[in-house]
Amino acid sequence: MSNQESNNSFSSRIVVLPEANIDTDQIIPARFLTTTTKAGLGKVAFNDWRYNADGSNKDFILNTIDPTEHRVLVAGNNLGCGSSREHAPWALMDYGFKAVISTEIADIFKSNSLKNGLLPVVVDKATYDKLLKNPQQRVTIDLESCALTLEDGTVFTFQVEEFARQCLLEGVDAMGWLQKRLPAIEAYEKANHKEAA
Amino acid sequence: MPKSLFEKVWDAHVVEPEGATSPAVLYIDLHLVHEVTSPQAFSELDARGLKVRRPDRTFATLDHSIPTLRPDAQGNRPYVTKQAEIQVHTLEQNAAKNGVRLFGYDAENRGVVHVIGPEMGLTQPGYTVVCGDSHTSTHGAFGCIAFGIGTSEVGHVLATQCLAQRKPKTMRITVDGKLQPGVTGKDVALTVIATLGFSGGTGYALEYAGPVIEALDMEGRMTVCNLSIEAGARCGMIAPDAKTVEWLRGREYVPHGTAFDEAAKSWLALASDEGAQFDKEIRIDGSAIEPMATWGTSPDQGAAIVRGVPVADNEDQQRALKYMGFTGGEARSAEKVDVVFIGSCTNGRMADLRAAAAIFKGRKVAEGVRALVVPGSEWVRIEAEKEGLDKIFTEAGAEWRLPGCSMCIAMNGDFVLPGQLAVSTSNRNFEGRQGPGSRTVLASPATAAASAIAGHVADPRQFMALETA
Repeated sequence: MSNQESNNSFSSRIVVLPEANIDTDQIIPARFLTTTTKAGLGKVAFNDWRYNADGSNKDFILNTIDPTEHRVLVAGNNLGCGSSREHAPWALMDYGFKAVISTEIADIFKSNSLKNGLLPVVVDKATYDKLLKNPQQRVTIDLESCALTLEDGTVFTFQVEEFARQCLLEGVDAMGWLQKRLPAIEAYEKANHKEAA
Repeated sequence: MPKSLFEKVWDAHVVEPEGATSPAVLYIDLHLVHEVTSPQAFSELDARGLKVRRPDRTFATLDHSIPTLRPDAQGNRPYVTKQAEIQVHTLEQNAAKNGVRLFGYDAENRGVVHVIGPEMGLTQPGYTVVCGDSHTSTHGAFGCIAFGIGTSEVGHVLATQCLAQRKPKTMRITVDGKLQPGVTGKDVALTVIATLGFSGGTGYALEYAGPVIEALDMEGRMTVCNLSIEAGARCGMIAPDAKTVEWLRGREYVPHGTAFDEAAKSWLALASDEGAQFDKEIRIDGSAIEPMATWGTSPDQGAAIVRGVPVADNEDQQRALKYMGFTGGEARSAEKVDVVFIGSCTNGRMADLRAAAAIFKGRKVAEGVRALVVPGSEWVRIEAEKEGLDKIFTEAGAEWRLPGCSMCIAMNGDFVLPGQLAVSTSNRNFEGRQGPGSRTVLASPATAAASAIAGHVADPRQFMALETA
């Protein structure tokens, strides 16, 4: 990765996991959720797909690639369904991923990913098929123009909820944005008899 | 303009409406917190020098990582790991520091977060309810907009009592007819998910309606709403009616006396207006629903038990059958059960335990089957013991535990061994959900109990004295 690249515009090779309905229990199994920090979860990302019970490696793609070269995960339909655990995007990012691509990405997972700067890119079937057809390819993702460029030159324009996009581009966070609304929140509470007793 | 239940509750909570480039600021009435998805949110508050803004609207409990076995003579709890113990203590410290009420170990009200909210009347019709847990949709049974959030959003609510949200689309699911004897809310829920598909509800708030939903008790309605997320939906809701009002009357946190009657009047007015518009409408014939069991590795892969395992017609289904070790076309009775789990936020309430006990009574768990019954809360445990249900379970050969999430999420030391087949009343049958290599069949409490007795996946009706219509 060159120094000119940012989280919002970068090129990377892809990693393809074509299974549909990859749930957050697969991305990070529940028994690893007893942590109290966000750090270090990359080593258990896809734990049960990566390792045998004795800790040895399984024959699984994440054991064969260089995470610094493969920063885009392409997965089957309905990626990230299941639990609301934000540990799933934390684990993927800690492993090295900067974006996930699927034909459909589950609601809470998408929201959790955007809040952490893991870019969820929803593509149409034709684009997905092109990604699968050449699983070694390098793609470019640009959040400013919402463009996903494939190796064959195809450009797919994806959609990102505009507020989340602005937060990522400007490095603003939603907590700060909400805090600026405290006067309106207090006024709402007063008008609706929701003040603290 | 006629409004739907969802629109009425949503509109009443908009602090700032959404615009083209900004989401709505949505006010949250009730924030439920547990030990697993909150530590990093509290740390974020600390890092910013913030405190919990509305501790009076924030309630915490211990459920996911806590052991369900009793402490030893010295009072030591059998935590699965030191890290799990630290996680529990972290919540205790965060709650104390911020003045948040925690239903701790010895509290009579401790339990699974989605069981205790309604039980105490913390959950009230017309509320917005959130929790860092996807099954927060449970509370929609009371006419709440209730949904699961991630840890960042837990932090947002702790700090501001609000969330930045885009309004979802709405879908009404009308379940017509009348349920056959022996068919429960869980079977309705599994049918709805099988109908919608795993992501059929993505982007939608669901409203369940129709005579079958109206006839369900509150526990059954909670089970239906609980599983909304398994079809990808943001939340599920049911309009409050007289049953809702009576269920809530007298509970700790609801208003009392004339204030309750006034509140009840406003709750009943939440029902969708005649002519309310939905982005999508679905109808299901409730009379045709039979006891259900999943056969695959996602909650939408379910079918009526009497019909056997379907023949796979795509790669995902083939993969699921292969993982489960099932064969398309086989009878469910061919599936030998190793473990039965009755409990969870889906089916750990009194009505669920009573339904299971009715099957267990006077019978024995089949040899080689381990059956675990875990009450959803301390209140459920105490009430069940008053009714003698614990005796029925233990005499049948099942284990009776302390409340918690237990084998549903399998992060507290209760889990299914690799390769074992579990019939579970919980909400997810994902690969390894109940332990690495575990295989899970989702079903109702009656079906789980029947499967424990039979030693294989079984239709509960064979153990029921059913009245013929």
